[in-house]
Amino acid sequence: MTSPQDLRYVKTHEWVRQDGELAIIGISDYAQTELGDITFIELPEVGDTIRQQQPFGVVESVKAASDVYAPVDGEVVERNDALLSAPDLVNASPYDDAWFIKIRLTDTAQVDALLAPDAYDDFAADAGH
Amino acid sequence: MPKIFAIIEDGKEFPLPEGASGQHDDDSGSDSLKETPLRSRHESLGARLIPFAGWRMPVQYAGILDEHRAVRTQAGLFDLGHMGQVNVAGPDALAYLQAVTTNDVSRLEPGQAQYSLLPNEAGGVIDDIIIYRWPTGDRYMVVINAANRTNDVAWLKQQLAARYELEVAVDDISDSLGMIAIQGPRAAGIVQRLTDAALDTLPNFAWAEATIADVPLMVARTGYTGEDGFEFYPDINQVAALWDHLLAAGRDDGLVPVGLGARDTLRLEARMPLYGNELSDEINPLEAGLGWAVDLNKGDFVGRTPIAAMKESSPPRRTVGFKLDQRSGSARTGYEVRVDGRAVGSVTSGAMSPTLGENIGLALVEREVAGVGKPLQIMIRDRAIPATQSKLPFYRRPA
Repeated sequence: MTSPQDLRYVKTHEWVRQDGELAIIGISDYAQTELGDITFIELPEVGDTIRQQQPFGVVESVKAASDVYAPVDGEVVERNDALLSAPDLVNASPYDDAWFIKIRLTDTAQVDALLAPDAYDDFAADAGH
Repeated sequence: MPKIFAIIEDGKEFPLPEGASGQHDDDSGSDSLKETPLRSRHESLGARLIPFAGWRMPVQYAGILDEHRAVRTQAGLFDLGHMGQVNVAGPDALAYLQAVTTNDVSRLEPGQAQYSLLPNEAGGVIDDIIIYRWPTGDRYMVVINAANRTNDVAWLKQQLAARYELEVAVDDISDSLGMIAIQGPRAAGIVQRLTDAALDTLPNFAWAEATIADVPLMVARTGYTGEDGFEFYPDINQVAALWDHLLAAGRDDGLVPVGLGARDTLRLEARMPLYGNELSDEINPLEAGLGWAVDLNKGDFVGRTPIAAMKESSPPRRTVGFKLDQRSGSARTGYEVRVDGRAVGSVTSGAMSPTLGENIGLALVEREVAGVGKPLQIMIRDRAIPATQSKLPFYRRPA
């Protein structure tokens, strides 16, 4: 498994794509594979604050319900409403079409401290066994 | 998502297709899990294997939704090697089965099958079962749930010891008998290509001896999906050969292997109960909506008195079906059910129905609030999600 090189990751299987003061957040390919067919997604409202390691949303598959955790602190500036009506986008395109939210970062340094792709791949490979 | 699959591994949230909540002590060490003869097939087919009722079983291959739809529109193949089978034989086999089950076994003709229950003395349910009467002789086969196997066999032997005057032998034959199912509208066509037996003459809930793909076996027109199909009982050593032949014969018809995940959504749409969810040793068959599998007029049987008393006074709880009124996460096992803010029961099974595209579920609720069209609220992550009670089953196959 090789995760996209331009993202940072956390052990709860979310990713962050930073663009200056802004960042988008989603869940990893490993996460969507483990969950299986995704049937429901709950996202925060624009203007909500998210806090690192705290849940900001919910993703459900046929067999499981799971919180989605904030990898960093920030304020929600946009959310991907397409996921609400088509949650299976997460299975099809976890790193592109199926981003969850866009946030304004509270502290951009938080992103630098997250897992690099190779470190995350090692972690996910271990978690898979 | 820190606890992916925690739900399945807990055995709580994920409705276990033959599971019993809290009854799989032997799951903890995955090394001690039992395996069916198809383990290596599952791996090469890309299955995700999980601990289930003491077995290592496939929960999915390509994905639950695809597998579910394949069974509804084409056909699916199931490894049911974890299920248990008990042989009941002897001149008093009928008298014995009448005493330990709820349905009227005397109505079973040779070669027929019957859904029934193993009741306890209090009128609760030890397991739900299928009783097959052999085509010849005083012989029956009782198919039991994997999670309850040890318990069931001990109970059946204990009941036998208490009736020492009966001439009957009770034997757990699970380790020597295999079990595979093929289900779906194209199942009969696929199987027919592999046998000279005239399968179209085999009625629903009947079984017969046959040779399929050169494998001698018992073939039953039974299943747990709401579709037409068959369950096969070959010798355990022939299971892999039969599986391979069926999968190859059905490839052009869209036959795919199906795991426990889709097995559960299929049976829920068809409103088939799952032991540990809709049934338990503390749920009376009448509360579970299974009065049709109880014959109070067949003579005495274990638990008859409390079941008859509950029928007289009307069951205080009912099993109802519901659909969520709005887009939401699924109602899952154990979630609280309310009416006007008051707790009235709990969800026994729930899922996003792949066929209907709606969130469906079954709940055990106080009698007073039960009724098709009446409202419920399902507590999903601390929010009361409105639901409406619906007719059952959620899905019935086209005639």
